[in-house]
Amino acid sequence: MKREIPILITLISGLFCLIGFFVPHPWVRNSYEDIQTWALILVGLTYVLGVANLLSVNLKSVSARRTDWLYKLVLVASLLVMMGIGFSEGDKYLDTTSKFSWMYRNFYSPMSATMFALLAFFIASAAFRAFRIRSPEAMLLAIAAFILMIGRVPVGNLISHWVPDAADWLMEIPQNAAKRGILIGAALGVMATGIRLILGIEKTYGSGGDGA
Amino acid sequence: MSGLGWLRNLDRRWLFLCVALLVIVPLMMGFHVAPVLPGHRAKGFYDTVEKLPAGSTVLLAGDYDPGTIAENYPAHLAAVRHLMSKNVKIVAIALYPGGPPLTDEVLAIGAREYNKQVGIDYVNLGYKAGNEVVMSRMGLSIPETFPVDSRGVPVGQIPVMTGIRNFNDLDLLVNISAGYPGTKEWVQQVVSRYHIPMVAAVTAVSAPEYYPYLQTGQLQGLLGGMAGAAEYEALVKHPALAMRGMDAQSLAHLFIAFLIILGNLASPPKRDAGKRDS
Repeated sequence: MKREIPILITLISGLFCLIGFFVPHPWVRNSYEDIQTWALILVGLTYVLGVANLLSVNLKSVSARRTDWLYKLVLVASLLVMMGIGFSEGDKYLDTTSKFSWMYRNFYSPMSATMFALLAFFIASAAFRAFRIRSPEAMLLAIAAFILMIGRVPVGNLISHWVPDAADWLMEIPQNAAKRGILIGAALGVMATGIRLILGIEKTYGSGGDGA
Repeated sequence: MSGLGWLRNLDRRWLFLCVALLVIVPLMMGFHVAPVLPGHRAKGFYDTVEKLPAGSTVLLAGDYDPGTIAENYPAHLAAVRHLMSKNVKIVAIALYPGGPPLTDEVLAIGAREYNKQVGIDYVNLGYKAGNEVVMSRMGLSIPETFPVDSRGVPVGQIPVMTGIRNFNDLDLLVNISAGYPGTKEWVQQVVSRYHIPMVAAVTAVSAPEYYPYLQTGQLQGLLGGMAGAAEYEALVKHPALAMRGMDAQSLAHLFIAFLIILGNLASPPKRDAGKRDS
């Protein structure tokens, strides 16, 4: 039953979502609506599970003094402090004057932006050390990269209007053709996987643990 | 070539220093390397907003968090300014948990500049977990998907939400997207089904993914990264964060192109390496 019940739930939910997309009949529509409401509730619950799992995994590492246990301690402490302050402020936690908002603006926001900004330095280093033009294909890639890098910023117009024009052509013709092919291929794959899930052929979501 | 051999052992911290200077100095000095000329994708975004009559209502989905603030925030702010300047009502949401405070911030800036009132001219419905399910659920009922706004006020008591039941009651979908869930999912779940016009401002790295949607007319306009946001700022004639960042980005791009050439000159590829690669 541990295998059959999840497959049955997936079959019913999947069929209703599929039919509900095309059939506006109230009976189908109401069931479709109910399933979506349940899905939203379940997604909300996964956050609780996620926090519980994060605490469990990291507290074990901290108590056993495993590698990088100090970072894990900082992670757990940050989580608990943000959650504690957020809960203590109730409905007002998102007010601009709240402590939660202050921590969001002064800790979370600059740290997240810094992580993303570091990419600029790594890209510069990789461009110098790793981008070797060893074949005609690599040469084509390099030429396309130069045109796009220069053509997508205002300095491209300063050199010649041909540079942004060439960048646009690259993006809208060869790139678009390749991207469309990938999108169509991915969509067919998603459809096939969806049908396999609904019919219970694809069971990876139910694997692991006792239900395996 | 042998004269450049010493570059092979160059400490990469010198490169980091150059990148930092090329980004920081233009941002601080504010000089202009070249004018920003809007392209047709940014014009499409601008024209779509421009065509909205006063009193229209748009859904503004700010699907990003501080990780991509440099690319998404300028477009978000410019879109809010443009919409408010045209007296268009805004219903804002976020499908990223870190998004609502950024939405609050841009709405507050726009409201101060254009004398708009929360609840009457705009509302932030906040974050809802569920990605595509939230989008699909909104197609059935927006008030049931977001029963209260980010301040906890029931949507039934918010004037801007009067008469808004689902996507059929909205005139435009404006999506500020950092990835998943974002523009692709809005097109697949909402535009293809409810045929609501949509424009998007996305990160530069993800922009190519949405070009097919632009070509098919499922997107009316697209702003790619900070460059797209700068083009939009030029169109709305309100130079701000993105325009200021364009000099830094221009110089950084030139420097990276220069580094690729320099790296190949310093350690040219061996012929047999090319054969191995091919």
